[in-house]
Amino acid sequence: MSEEMLRGEHLSKSFGRVTALKDTSIRLDKGEVLGLLGDNGAGKSTLLKILTGFHQPSSGKIFIQGKEQALRSVGYARSLGIEPVYQDLALINELSVYRNMFLRRELMFGGFLRILNDSAMRKQAKEQLRQMGVHIPSVDVEISRLSGGQRQAIAVARSVYANAKVLLLDEPLAAMGVKESTMILDVIGRLKEKGDVSVIIVAHNYAQIFDFCDRINLLQNGEITFDRRTKDTSVEELTSLVVNEYRTARGTKTSRSDLNIQ
Amino acid sequence: MATDKAATVSQREDPPRRAERRGLVRRLGTSVLRSREASVAIAAIVLVIYFQSTAPAFLSSGNVANLAGYAATTSIIAAGEVMVLISGEVDLSAGQVYALSPFVMYYAHEAGVPFIFAIVIGLIPAALIGLITGLITVVFEIPSFITTLGTLFLINGLTLTFSGGYPVQPDAGPTIAAIFGGNALSQIIWALGITLIFQFVLVKTRWGMHTIATGGNLIGAKEVGIKTGLVKIGNFVLCSLLAGLAGILDAFRIGSIDPLAGGTEIMFMAIASAVIGGTLLTGGSGTIVGAFLGAIVLGILKDGFTLSGVSAYAFDMILGGAILLTMLINVRLSRLRAAGGKR
Repeated sequence: MSEEMLRGEHLSKSFGRVTALKDTSIRLDKGEVLGLLGDNGAGKSTLLKILTGFHQPSSGKIFIQGKEQALRSVGYARSLGIEPVYQDLALINELSVYRNMFLRRELMFGGFLRILNDSAMRKQAKEQLRQMGVHIPSVDVEISRLSGGQRQAIAVARSVYANAKVLLLDEPLAAMGVKESTMILDVIGRLKEKGDVSVIIVAHNYAQIFDFCDRINLLQNGEITFDRRTKDTSVEELTSLVVNEYRTARGTKTSRSDLNIQ
Repeated sequence: MATDKAATVSQREDPPRRAERRGLVRRLGTSVLRSREASVAIAAIVLVIYFQSTAPAFLSSGNVANLAGYAATTSIIAAGEVMVLISGEVDLSAGQVYALSPFVMYYAHEAGVPFIFAIVIGLIPAALIGLITGLITVVFEIPSFITTLGTLFLINGLTLTFSGGYPVQPDAGPTIAAIFGGNALSQIIWALGITLIFQFVLVKTRWGMHTIATGGNLIGAKEVGIKTGLVKIGNFVLCSLLAGLAGILDAFRIGSIDPLAGGTEIMFMAIASAVIGGTLLTGGSGTIVGAFLGAIVLGILKDGFTLSGVSAYAFDMILGGAILLTMLINVRLSRLRAAGGKR
C-alpha cells in the first residue's frame, strides 16, 4: 500500500444557496498522478480551491500526510507544499519570466528594504527551466511575449521550484494545440518519473491526459461518482459515463444510482 | 533527447547572454524610440530650445527657479500618484492633502511645537487620510475614483473650516526654510531625491514588484498570495504623505499657506505628468522618472506660454492636446514593444 499524501473527507461547499460541492471525499498517494474529471460546473474548481486554501469548506476535513490541517489561507497551504497552478496561471504580464517564477518567494538582500536580488533569481530560474526541459527565448522577456504553452510551462515550473509536494493543475491543456500540450505533458511526465511530487490534474477533456494518470476520479454535480485506477478503466468507459450524464441531463430515464459504478 | 536539443540551441545562440547584452544597450539609451523616459526628455529639450528662441528671458536664473519650483512640487505628488496608478487605483484627493498638511504644521507650531517636529505632525493627517482612503477602497471594494472624490471635498471643507478661509505665514527661520524647500534649489533636490528613491522602490524592491503585480493582474496576484489590499493601502498612504510633504515644501517656498492652494489643479497636473511620462491608467505599468520628466515638460509649457504671452486659455488647449497625443503614442509604443521589441 502506497503512502498517503493528501486526503479530503466529506468536503462540502455552498455559496449562498448554491451547493458547489456535496460530501466529497478524495485521496492522493505520494508520487501519484490523479486525473480529476468532470463537466463545467461539476465542482472541480471548487474542490481544487478548497485544497489550495483559497476557499474554506463549509464542512469536512483535510489531512496532509495523515495529519489533519485547516487550510486557512493560500499561503498556509503553500507552506505545507500544496502548489496550485490556476487556469489563469496567476502570471503577471508586466513582469519578466524570472520575476514571475519568484513571485512571493523573492530572493532579496538589504534587510527591511527588501531589495530584489535579480541576478540570483535570473540564474536560478534559467537553471530550473533547463532542468525541466522548458524552452523559452530568455528569462528576461515579459510574460506577455510568451505563447500559451510557454506560460503554462512557466507556471508549472514555478510551482515545482517551490518544492511542491502536491501540484494542483487546473485545466493545464485548455485551449492549447497539440504541440503545446505535448510540451506540458512532457514536463508532467518528467515529474512523474522523479516520483517526489503528487499531482492532481483537473480536466474536462480526459482523452488528452488519460495516459498520464495513475487514477481517475469523475466529479458530477458536486459528487465524486467514479474512482478507479487507470489500468482498470478505459477512455471508452469514461465516455459512456459522460454520455450517460448528458442523457440524464436531457431527461432520459436513467437514475443517478446507475451512474455510480463502483 | 529533449535535453540534447536544448544543448544545441543554447550553444547556437546562447539567448540569455544576448538578452543581457541587449538589456545593457537599452540602458545606454540607444533605443530611444522604445524608452518612454527618453522620448519625454527629448520633448523637454525641444521645448526649452523653442521657448528660449522666442522669449530670451526663458533661461534667466529667476525664471528657471520659478519653473523648477513648480515642476518639483508637481513631480513629488506625481511620484505618489504613479505608485497608486500602477497598483490599479487613483487618488483624486492629493491636492487637498497638499493644502491640509501645511496648516496642521502651522497650528502645531503655533501651539509651541518646534518646526522640525511640527512638520512631522503635519504629515500625520496626510498618512491617516491615505490609510482611511485605502481601507475604504479595499475593504468595501469601492472604486478609488469614488472614495477619493468623497475625501477630496471632505478634506477641502475641513481645511477651509479650521483655517477660517484665511492664509497664514509660517515663520520657521532661514535654516529650516532653506532645508524644507524654501528655495528652488532645495525643492529640486527634494524632488530629485524622491524621484530616484521611488524609482528604485518600483524597479528594484519587493514592494515595487508587488505593486506592479497587483495592478497588472489583481486576481493572479491574490492567487499567488500577494496581500494586494495591503499593497494598495500602502501606496495610498505613500501618495498622501508625498502630497502633504509637497504642500509643506511649497509653504516654505511661497512663504504663505493658502487654504485654496493646490486643489484639483495640482492633482490633475500630477496625474497628467504621470500619464505624459508613460504611466498607464489601467495599472501594472509606469515610471517615476517618466513622471518627473512629465512634470518638467508641463512646467516648461506653462511657463513658456506665460513668457511668450500666450493666454491661459490656450495653455489648457495645448495641455489637453499634449495628453491625448502622448496617450496615443503610449498605446502605439506598447504595441510595438509587444510585437517583438525589447524589454
